[in-house]
Formats: sequence, structure tokens, C-alpha cells
Amino acid sequence: MSHDMSEEKLPESHGSAGHHEVAAHGDPFADPGLPAHQPRRTDIDERAAQRAERQVSLMFVVSMLATVGFIASYVAIDPDKIVYIFPLGHVSALNFALGMTLGVALFCIGAGAVHWARTLMSDHEIPAERHPIEADDEVRADVIEQFRTGAAESGFGRRKMIRNTLIGSMALVPLSGVVLLRDLGPLPEDKLEHTGWREATDVKPLQLINMNTNQPMKAEDVIVGSLTFAMPEGLSTHDEDFQQQIAKDALMLVRIAPEDIKDTESREKGFEGILAYSKICTHVGCPISLYEQQTHHALCPCHQSTFDLADGARVIFGPAGHPLPQLKITTDEKGFLVATGDFDEPVGPSYWERAR
Amino acid sequence: MSSASSTTSGAAKPAGSTRAKPANKWEQAADWTDGRLGIYSLAKANLRKIFPDHWSFMLGEICLYTFVIIILTGVYLTLFFKPSMGEVIYDGSYIPLKGIPMSEAYASTVDISFEVRGGLLVRQIHHWAALVFVAAMLVHMMRVFFTGAFRKPREINWVFGFLLLVLGMFDGFFGYSLPDDLLSGTGIRFMEGAILAVPLVGTYIQMFLFGGEFPGHDIVPRFFTIHVLLIPGIMLGLLVAHLILVFYHKHTQWAGPGKTEKNVVGMPLMPVYMAKAGGFFFLVFGLIAAVSAIATINPIWAYGPYRPDQVSTDAQPDWYMGFSEGLIRVMPGWEIGLWGHTLNLGVFVPLMIFPLVLVAIAVYPFIESWVTGDKREHHILDRPRNAPVRTALGAAWISLYLVLLVGGGNDLFATHLHLSINDITYFVRVGFFVVPVLTFIATKRWCLGLQRRDKEKVLHGRETGVIKRLPHGEFIEVHAQLPQADLHKLTSHEQPPVFELPAETDENGVAAKAGLIPRTRAKLSRGFYGEGSRIPKPTAEEHHEITSGHGHH
Ligand code: FES
Repeated sequence: MSHDMSEEKLPESHGSAGHHEVAAHGDPFADPGLPAHQPRRTDIDERAAQRAERQVSLMFVVSMLATVGFIASYVAIDPDKIVYIFPLGHVSALNFALGMTLGVALFCIGAGAVHWARTLMSDHEIPAERHPIEADDEVRADVIEQFRTGAAESGFGRRKMIRNTLIGSMALVPLSGVVLLRDLGPLPEDKLEHTGWREATDVKPLQLINMNTNQPMKAEDVIVGSLTFAMPEGLSTHDEDFQQQIAKDALMLVRIAPEDIKDTESREKGFEGILAYSKICTHVGCPISLYEQQTHHALCPCHQSTFDLADGARVIFGPAGHPLPQLKITTDEKGFLVATGDFDEPVGPSYWERAR
Repeated sequence: MSSASSTTSGAAKPAGSTRAKPANKWEQAADWTDGRLGIYSLAKANLRKIFPDHWSFMLGEICLYTFVIIILTGVYLTLFFKPSMGEVIYDGSYIPLKGIPMSEAYASTVDISFEVRGGLLVRQIHHWAALVFVAAMLVHMMRVFFTGAFRKPREINWVFGFLLLVLGMFDGFFGYSLPDDLLSGTGIRFMEGAILAVPLVGTYIQMFLFGGEFPGHDIVPRFFTIHVLLIPGIMLGLLVAHLILVFYHKHTQWAGPGKTEKNVVGMPLMPVYMAKAGGFFFLVFGLIAAVSAIATINPIWAYGPYRPDQVSTDAQPDWYMGFSEGLIRVMPGWEIGLWGHTLNLGVFVPLMIFPLVLVAIAVYPFIESWVTGDKREHHILDRPRNAPVRTALGAAWISLYLVLLVGGGNDLFATHLHLSINDITYFVRVGFFVVPVLTFIATKRWCLGLQRRDKEKVLHGRETGVIKRLPHGEFIEVHAQLPQADLHKLTSHEQPPVFELPAETDENGVAAKAGLIPRTRAKLSRGFYGEGSRIPKPTAEEHHEITSGHGHH
């Protein structure tokens, strides 16, 4: 702490551009030095000082009262009670009372302390010296010498074989930690390529279950211009892996007059103009929920990828990179809509292994 | 000082000790502690440590205090929150959700909000404090950036601060994801899609992180550990290191009379700063508590539990993640097929730009010191106008951030301003490249204008508003000389020389062409300090000439 700021480290001793420290005689820009201390009102007027003291104490007292209020609210107010407070509207009375009392209790301590510091504690500005962060040359030379001695005694530089094998072992040992992470999850394998619809076959077709009614659907249930959501038969919201299944299986059904369907392949995969697309956006996987019936455009609310359902769900705007996969549907002998196989391509966001 | 009760034995002095007899119980306690912890030597350097005063130094304090508030409330919340994806049927007091299947994580968050008395308040304080925390870090960092406070010896602390900002942002994201409500689940889905877009290893990382396919059962407990243990632990370490360095380097200060590079002028830690800073903690805490009582944030009960096939329309991340959302929204959906593989550029490019936008600020101190070749310590702050290029770069960076924020909120902008969402997206795509450049140019000019005005003030004094009529009828406004202190303040900044390339031929006349790197450096240095980047400071001679000569009005 006692050594001085070494001159060459500081801006003033470098170059001439910023040279203002030495007050050249008659230099109009010279540093006049610290200004004289200006006393505050409370420094000279004892009455003002006493007023400030009372103000500070008052704030601390308000804080005490507020804390008592906090405890009282906690005990007295029913958690279910809703009150109307302008301009907030209907709010939980307990939450409001607790928050306001806690807020006031804390704020007043702070305000009191700050007011105290500003009015009654000394506001004399004092300069303190800085010392350079860098050590001086002597210390530096000393430390480097000591390190060299230590290094020489270890023989680290001389015994190359030890050094190299040490570096090798140190480099490899963290790998154990990485390997230990392996059982965090299964390997991807082909999991992303299939959905719950793969259970469907020609022999055992899967019915499309309406997500709202939980019932199988007939073709006439799907009205032109509406969007219907469906899942495969046999899936229940109470299934252990429901979330995981529905994240891939969710369908949206639209009905478009067959002559308005621009993409013939898409028309053939549908049934009398009913088309079943994956509901999962091909961008990063949000469920698509907005549909505009005049244009047959479906919009993903997350980043606004827009798909033209009349044209094979081609992307017409936004960040999605490819169309929504379409599920081939038909009807069974009782007239219910069914699927007889899986999507032709993986649903949801694309990934490296996905074939294109 | 609370150890006073346990110190009765401290009075017995060993023979030969020369220490004066303690005057009272407190001194006795202090002596006892000093014998074990050496507190006197520590306190000697720090009790009356000088802190310079400026309102902007409070920004860092806000960061510190909100961090403390987040930890306090966070511990409380962990007492009630169940980080589990196990399914339960809701049967609490919030009627609209009754009978709905949901995860324990969601159900316990609803319980905290409605069943635990004060739980809602603590949840709200936690969330509000987190928002203020990240905002304060960002503004604090801007303060440090625009005043050049990151220069030697403080570059490392700048990096620590940067890491704190990034970790804070991510911890916010993880915390936001824990309640497993419809909004947070959408955020996680977004993350899954982003991970899948990583070439080669994306699907593996996804499977390992989620413990299988999306969403699986593991993600909430895993995020919980990351959110409450891993990241806060690292942040605490960084924070302590940050503060130790602040203490060690001492504060920077503005130029002014009596203030030099070798001193620090201000008021002592005890009592003024203890009272002010300690009091300020309570002010911040009190305000956040009051805001939490008034303004509801993240009402998860209104969103409902997460289901991958449902979404709420105004899916928005917290504001500090908004720029990444903007990146992903405005990026065109490019996908490239490669030998049976897919490279999802539409997601991968934003994923890569995201860290680049951040890292650009992290490395700035090193770039600047390399360009300027300045190896000295700096403790006096730059006024932003006196470093026009730096200021303009900072402004350009902020403008980029704002453009992306507009992109991230394009649906809100569209509905509130009645614009086409597609137009906003096109605008952002162009703005991403154009706006920062325009901002750079405008800011630099503005700085130069302010420098010119400073020069004017130094040479001609300040306008007094007094109009005088000269004998021949002309009206002039009387200008008053600035006081010495102001003259000094306005002229004390440096205008260092531009880094010049060594002569093309050395002293023997042999051609020595400078390499690419020095040439780049010289060019950048000219950009930084050259003609177009500063107004020459008024010189003493100019001042003399004007003040002593004719027309001294
Ligand atoms: S997830 Fe649908 S647009 Fe991004």
C-alpha cells in the first residue's frame, strides 16, 4: 500500500495530448484542485438538523407499523378474498395487502437510511490515493525467479516423457465425466421418424378421434371451412406418455372443395376434400392453431409461418423450412375416417438425420 | 458484531501482550475476532474506503440487490414447488382448473399462487426481481461501456460482468420454464426445435437433455437443478469475484477539479456509503414488493397446463429473450438437403447469431485496446461524446437489439399498430443490416456536434441571456466566462495520436511493407481517432486570443 503510483503507467505521463496536470503558468484549463466544502443547511442550522432527525425516525416508525400490518394481514385476510381496487381492477386482497405492507416496510427503512446519510452524515469529499495494479519491476523479477527455481526443481521441462504423459492423462480424464452423461437419455435411433399412426395398417386401420368430442368422425362431420383437431384411436389424455404421443400425433383436418385443391397428390391423400395435416409446425414444433377459411392458409402463432393447405401445406411466409406432412386418410366400412399408415416423412422440426 | 455474547474469555491477555486494554464489550469482542480472523487489517483498508458519488453507480447496486432478492424469494419458493412431471388431477381452490389433469410442477405452482398465503406475492417478487435484475445488468453494462470504464485494469471484470448477464438471461429462461404452464412449455418446445437444428449431434443432445422424446418426464426436474443450483452457484462465484475486483480496482470517477488518475475523490464507506447503499437495498426491495402487489406477472393459472398440441396466441418470451425470438422470426426458412441429411439453416443461423450478438460486446475492450495500442491504466471516465466511435458502436448495437425486439414482438406490433405482420418482418429483415449502420453514423455526428459545442463554450463562455445593445445599434448576447473548474472539466479529455504504420522503407532504404494486421490496425486507429472522429480540443492559445483580445463580450 505504501509504494507510489508508478509514473509511466498513468495517462498523464504519456504523450502530450492529454497533458493537463502540470499547471503551466497562465494555463486557463489547469486543474484548480478540489473545490472548498459547501456546508448544507443541516450543517449550520441545528433546527434543520433536528427536523431531519425527526423525518428519519418517522420513516423507521412507519416501517414498524407496516410490518405489524403485514403480519395482521397474513392472519386476518382470507386467501380467497377478491377486492376491487381502482385502477387495478379485481385483485386478491391478501396479495395486495401483503405486498403493499411489505413494500412500505422495506422502502421506509431504505428511505430513512438514505435521508439520514444525505442530511446528517458528513458530506466532506475526501481524496484517496490510487496505487498501480501492476507490481514494480523488483517484485516481478523476484517472482519470476522463484517460479523458475520451482520449475527447475520439479524437472518438468527436463523430463519430457513425464510432462507429455501428464498432459495426455489430464486431457483424457474429463472424458469420463462426459461418458457418464450417456444415460441421461436414449439414443435417437428412428424415434423421430415415426408417430403413433404407424400402428395403423390396412388390416387394422386407426380411427381419427375428434379432440373435442372424443368420438370417431364421419366425413360429413367435417364442415367446409372449419379446422378440426384429431388424434389416433386408443390414445387417452390419462396415458402415461400422452404428452409425448400427442406432440407427434396431433392432426388438423380441413375440408376444401376438391376442385380448389391445387396439389393432386395432396388431394389423393385426402378423402372427398378432407385433408389431414400434422398439427405440429415444421419450424420448431409449435401446434398450429389459426386458420383462415377463404385463403385456406394456416398460421403458426409462434413465429407466423404460414402454410397453404390447398397446396400441399406449402410454406408461403415465415421461417418454416418445409411443408406440413400430410397423413393419408380414407373411411372404413362403417364410414368412419381412418388412417391406414404413418406419415411419409417425420413430423415437426427438421434435424440433421432427416432425409430430404 | 453479534458475537459479543461469546467473548468473555477474550479478556485474558497472555503475558507480554502489549495491546491496550479494550475500552468496552464491543472492543473486547472485536479483539477476540481479530485474534482468529484478522479483521483489523482487513478493516483498516476498507472501513473508510472512498467511494466517488454519481447516480449511475447505483445501477450496479440494483443488480446486486435484485440478485439477493431473487435468492431469498427463490429459497422460499423451493420449499413449496414440486419439480415433477408426475400427473395429478387438480383439486384446489381455483375453480376453472378443477378436475383437469396436469403435472405436479404446474399444480404446485398454482397452489403457491392460491393456497400458500403470501406465496403469490413471493412468486411475483421473484419474477419481477428477475426482470429488473437482467434489465439492470444490461443498463449497468451500458454505463460501463459508454464511459470507457472497461479499460485497463478492468477488462477482466468486464468479462465477468458479461458472463453474469448471459447466465442471468439463461437462468431466467430456465426459471420461466419450470411451472410447466402452456406458455413455458411452448418455450421449451422452441428450445427443442433449436437443438434439433444443430447438425450431426442435434438429435443426440435433444434425446439426452429431455431423457427421450419431447416432452418426456425429465425436463422439469432437470431444469430445476440447473435453475436453482448449477447456474446460481456459478453466478454467485462470479459475483463475488466481480465485487472483489471492484473493491481492489476502486471506482472510476468523472473528470473534475481535484480529480486525477492517481486519486479517487468521494465519501467514506463508513458511515455514508453503508447508510446509502444499505438503505438503497431496502428501497429496491420495497419498490419491487409494491410493484408485485399491484402488477400481476406471469399468471400461469390463466394459461393452463402445458399440452404439446395447444398454444396460446400471444406466445412471448420474457423481454430479454425477445431478441433471440426476433432472430428466429425474421430468418427466412432455408433448408438445405445434403446426401440424405437436412441442414436447417432457418433455425441454425439464428442460433449461431445469438451468441455472436452477445460475444461482440464481451470482446470489445480487447479490440479497442489493440486498436488504440493503449497500455495504461484508466480511472477517469470518458464522456461518451469524447469517444464518438465507441459511443456510436454501442448505439448501433443497441439499435440492432431493438430491431430484433420488434421482430420478436411482430405480432403485438401488428395487432396494436394495425400493420401487416409480413411487412414488419420484411422491415426487420432489411433493418437488421441497415439500422445499425444508420445509427452509427447519426450517433457519431451527434457526438461531434456536442464536442463542437463544448469547444464553443470553452472559448466563448456560456450564454447569459442578457442582451446588450452596442453603440452602433447591434444587439448582442453577453457571454460569461466559464469558471476555472468547468474549463478544466471540458478540456481534460485526451486526444491521443493515431497509430501510424512504420515508414515504408527502413533506415537503410530497404522496402518493408507492413503486414495485413498492422495495416488493419492503422486503418481502424484512424477511424477511431482520425480527423473525422474528433473536434480538436481548444488550446490555451486560442483561449487567450479570444478572451484577451477585442470583442470580449
Ligand atoms: S414453430 Fe411455427 S413458426 Fe415457429
